[in-house]
Amino acid sequence: MTTTRAPLNALGLSRADYKGAASTLCAGCGHDSVASQIVAAAFELALPPHRVIRMSGIGCSSKSAAYFLGRSHGFNSLHGRMPAVTTGAHVANPTLIPIAVSGDGDTGSIGLGGFKHLLRRNVPMVYIIENNGVYGLTKGQFSATADRGASLKYAGVNQLPPIDLCAEALIVGCGFVARSFAGDARQVRELIKAAFCFHGTAVIDVISPCVTFNNHDESTKSYSYGKAHEEPLHDLTFIPHYEELAVAIEPGEVRDVRLHDGPVIRLRKIGADYDPTDRMAALTLLERARAANEFVTGLLFVDEHRPTLAETLGLGATPLAELPAELLRPSPEALAAVNREFM
Amino acid sequence: MPQPAEPPGVNDLAVVAATVNGSGSQTANNAIIRAIFRMGIPVNGKNLFPSNIQGEPTWFTIRVSARGYSARPTRVPILIAFNPRTADSDLAELPPGGLCLYPGDGPWRPARADVVAVPLPVKELAAASNVEPRMRDYVANMVYVGALAALIGIELGELRAALAHHFQGKARPVEQNMAVVQAAHDWFAAQGVASPFRLRRMDANAGMILIDGNTAGALGAIFGGVSFLAWYPITPATSLADALASYLPRLRRGPDGSPTYAIVQAEDEIAALGMAVGAGWAGARAMTSTSGPGISLMTEFAGLAYFAEIPCVIWDVQRVGPSTGLPTRTAQGDLISTYFLGHGDTRHVVLLPGSVGECFDFGVSAFDLAERLQTPVFVLSDLDLGMNLWRSAPLAYPAAPMDRGKVLSAEELERLGRFVRFADPEGDGIGARTLPGNPHPLAATLSRGTGHNERNVYSERPEDWKANMDRLGRKHETARRLVPQPIIELEEGARVGIIGFGSSYDAIREARDILRAQGLPTSFMRVRALPLGEPARDFVSRHRICVVVELNQDGQLRDLLRLHCPEHAARLLSVAHSDGLPLTADLVAGAVARLL
Ligand SMILES: Cc1ncc(C[n+]2csc(CCOP(=O)(O)OP(=O)(O)O)c2C)c(N)n1
Ligand code: SF4
Ligand SMILES: [Mg+2]
Repeated sequence: MTTTRAPLNALGLSRADYKGAASTLCAGCGHDSVASQIVAAAFELALPPHRVIRMSGIGCSSKSAAYFLGRSHGFNSLHGRMPAVTTGAHVANPTLIPIAVSGDGDTGSIGLGGFKHLLRRNVPMVYIIENNGVYGLTKGQFSATADRGASLKYAGVNQLPPIDLCAEALIVGCGFVARSFAGDARQVRELIKAAFCFHGTAVIDVISPCVTFNNHDESTKSYSYGKAHEEPLHDLTFIPHYEELAVAIEPGEVRDVRLHDGPVIRLRKIGADYDPTDRMAALTLLERARAANEFVTGLLFVDEHRPTLAETLGLGATPLAELPAELLRPSPEALAAVNREFM
Repeated sequence: MPQPAEPPGVNDLAVVAATVNGSGSQTANNAIIRAIFRMGIPVNGKNLFPSNIQGEPTWFTIRVSARGYSARPTRVPILIAFNPRTADSDLAELPPGGLCLYPGDGPWRPARADVVAVPLPVKELAAASNVEPRMRDYVANMVYVGALAALIGIELGELRAALAHHFQGKARPVEQNMAVVQAAHDWFAAQGVASPFRLRRMDANAGMILIDGNTAGALGAIFGGVSFLAWYPITPATSLADALASYLPRLRRGPDGSPTYAIVQAEDEIAALGMAVGAGWAGARAMTSTSGPGISLMTEFAGLAYFAEIPCVIWDVQRVGPSTGLPTRTAQGDLISTYFLGHGDTRHVVLLPGSVGECFDFGVSAFDLAERLQTPVFVLSDLDLGMNLWRSAPLAYPAAPMDRGKVLSAEELERLGRFVRFADPEGDGIGARTLPGNPHPLAATLSRGTGHNERNVYSERPEDWKANMDRLGRKHETARRLVPQPIIELEEGARVGIIGFGSSYDAIREARDILRAQGLPTSFMRVRALPLGEPARDFVSRHRICVVVELNQDGQLRDLLRLHCPEHAARLLSVAHSDGLPLTADLVAGAVARLL
C-alpha cells in the first residue's frame, strides 16, 4: 500500500487548509474556477489564513466568498457595499490582508461609487470582479458591463454601451489593474499572487462566464468567446522571492516589475511591446481593444508609489482594533483640563 | 438647583439678537452668554438660524434665569434689532415696556410708542476699534454687546475674559473687539436709559461649564474610546464630527505619538455606516454621526449590523423632516424610524440624552453597550441640544472601566476546544465573538446578512431562522435591562404624570412649576433609552393620566409607550408639537392643562 501525502507549503499547511465550504453555484460557473485559483494562490504564497479576510457583497460571485479560505475570517455584506466594509476593516486593522470577490452588478452598478472611492483611498487589498455581463443571482438581467448589442434569453438586446471597470479603475488612480479570463487558470492564479503582494488596491477584472444565463457563443462573456479571442499581453509569472543573479533574463523579451517587498512580476513578451507602467498606454490599449472588439488580458497597469489609506492616515504600528483600554481612554486629568476650558 | 427668587427683572430676563447670518454675530452672542455665565448667573442661548451661509436673518435668544430655566422663553423683553429686513416683525413681537436697541445710522426706524427704542451710532462706535475698514462690519456687532452690557449690567471684565476664551488668548482681536465694547458701553451709559432688567452677580455657576451637546457628545466618544469615525457632512451633526477632529489630536496619541484613532470622511452615509460596521467587525470602537436624511440612507447597514451582530455607534442629531424639511431647525422626529431602522423584524438600542452632560455620558456608554450587546447603538440628540450652549455640571469621568463584551482570544478558544458563534450559554442572547486576526484555527467565521444557524453557517431551515430571531429577541430583553433607565420624579398627590425625553426636558420642568402654581401637581418620567422597560410601565400604571410631551407631529414616544404597555393605552395622552422651534414652558403647560 502506498500513501501519497498532500504537499505542504512553507507554513506546513496543505491546499485543503485554504479551501472553503462546498460551492452551491451552477456546475461550470466561472466563479468556481476563480475560487479555486484563490485557494491555489493563497496556498502557494503560504499566506497565514488568519491574516487574510475574505470580503464580498451580494451576488453569485459574492456568495463564493464562502467557498474559499475557510480558515480566514470574512464578511459577506451588502449588495455593492463591500468596499465600505473593507475600508473600515482595513483602517481598524491594517495588518489584515483583504481579498474580495464582487460581481459586475455589485461593482459596476449599485456599488460603482463605493468602488471608485475605495480605489481613490487606496485600500490595500485584492479586488476581484467576477464579470459575467449579467446579474446571475437575480436570474439574467443585463449588467452595466454587457456589450452594446449583446442579447440575453429573457432580457432581450442591450442598447447601452458598457462600463469598462478597468478603465474606471485606471482613471481614479488605481495602481494595479489587470484583466483576465476564468478559463485561463494559470494567468488568473499568477495575477492573484501578484495582487496579494501589491502595496495598494489591486483590481482584477476576470471574465467569468455565467453558464446558466450568459454563455451562448455570441456573448463576449462566454467560455467559447474567451477561448477563441483571448489575447494575453504577455506571459505572466509571479516570482515570490526574486534573486537577480539566479534568474537568467533574455534581454528585450522579459520585463520584470519589482514589488515593494521584493517579489517580482515577470512579463514575457508575446506580441508587441507593452509598458504596464504607463497609465495613458493602458487607457489607449483598452480603447483600441474596445474599438476592435478584442479581448486583451494581462497586467494592464502597475504603479506602487501611492500610500495606502492607513499610511495616509498616519496610523501607528499597533492596529486600532488592538489598542489597550489605557490608550483608548484619556486620563481624568485630561478631562479636568477640558472641563476648565468650558468654565 | 433653583436659587432664591430675585426681585422681578433681576437675573430673570431674555434678549433676542436679530442679525444677519454670516455677519459674525455668533462671536458677539457667545461673548454675552459666557460673560453672564462668568458672573455666576444661570444663562443659556438658542440660535435660530436659517439654512443659508450668509445674508439670511438669524435670531439668537439669550435667557437669564436665576432659577436655572433654560427652555426657549415665550416673553423676550429686550430686542437687538440689527437686521433691518426683519426689524418690523421683530419689533411687533416685543412686549409693551420692552427695550429695543437698533443702529441709528441704518435705514430702519422703530414705530412703536409703548417700547423704549435706543438708536446706537454703530459706525462711529465701531471706528473706535482701529480695525482695518473691511473688518468694521464684523466688529459692528460689538456695539450691541457694549450697549447691552451698560443696559443690563454685564461686567466688562467678564466680557473681556469671554472674548479671550473665544479668541483662545489671541491678544489683538480681543483688544480690537473690547475697544468697541468699551466705547459702546460708555456711550450708552451716558444716555441715562433706565432698565427694569438687571443682572446681579450670583454664585450659581461655581464649577459649572457651558458647552454644546455636540462637543459634549464628541468628548464622550473620545473618553469612551472611539477609535474610528466615518461620517458625511450634514447639519446639525457636522459640529459633532468637527469636535472629534479638533479634540482627538490633542487627547488621543499613543506612546509613539501616532493617533489612536482614524477619521474618514465617507462618500455618503451608506458608506459611512458601512465603514463603521467594517471597523466594528474588525474590533475597533467605531462610530458615525448624521441626521435624519443620513439615517434613512443607513437603513440597510443598520439591519445588517443588527442581524450580523456587529457593534457600532450611530449619532443622530435630529432636525426637522421629512426630506430636507427644515434642516437648521430642531425636532424629535426620528424616534420610531431609528428604533425600527432596517427591514424585517429589527429593533435597535436607542439612547436619548436629555442634557449636554448626558450627551457626554451616553457618548461613553454607547460603546460599552454596543460591544456588550454586539449591536448598533443609536444616540438620538437634536439640533437644540447639539448646537446650542447649555449650562452643565462638569463632564464626569467614566466610573466604570470599558466593557469590551464577549470576545474570545486564541487561548480561550484553545481551552474551550470549540467555537459556536451564536451559542447562548448564558441565556442573555449574546454569543461570544472572535476578531479577525485571531490565529486559532477555530476562530474564523464568515459574518453574513444571510440566514444562518448557531454556527453562523448559511441556513434556510425554518427552525434555524426562528431560533436565531428568538435569540435576538432574548438579546433585546437583555438590552432592556442594560440601557439607562428612566429618571422618575414622583410628586406627592399627583394623579397626572408627564413623560418626555431628550431636549424637551427643560420646557417640561418649567411647565410643571407653572402647573404646580396653578394647583396641578404632576409627576415626571424622562425616558432615557429604548427599549422601554418595567419602570416605564410602572410609572404609567401609577397615574390616572400620562401626558407624553414631545417635539414631533404625531406623538412617537406616546405610540411606543402604547405598544409597550397596551393595557394602559387609554391613559397615555399626547402633547406633540413640532414647528421647528424648541418647546416653551407656556406651550407645554397650556397644552397639558387643556387635556385634563
Ligand atoms: C439592495 C439590493 N438590491 C437588490 C438586490 C438583489 N440582487 C442580488 S444579487 C444582484 C445582482 C448580482 O449581480 P452581480 O453582482 O453581477 O453578481 P453575479 O450574480 O452575476 O455573480 C441583485 C440585483 C440585493 N440583494 N440588494
Ligand atoms: S447563475 Fe450564473 S453566475 Fe450564478 S452560479 Fe449559476 S452560472 Fe454562476
Ligand atoms: Mg454578474
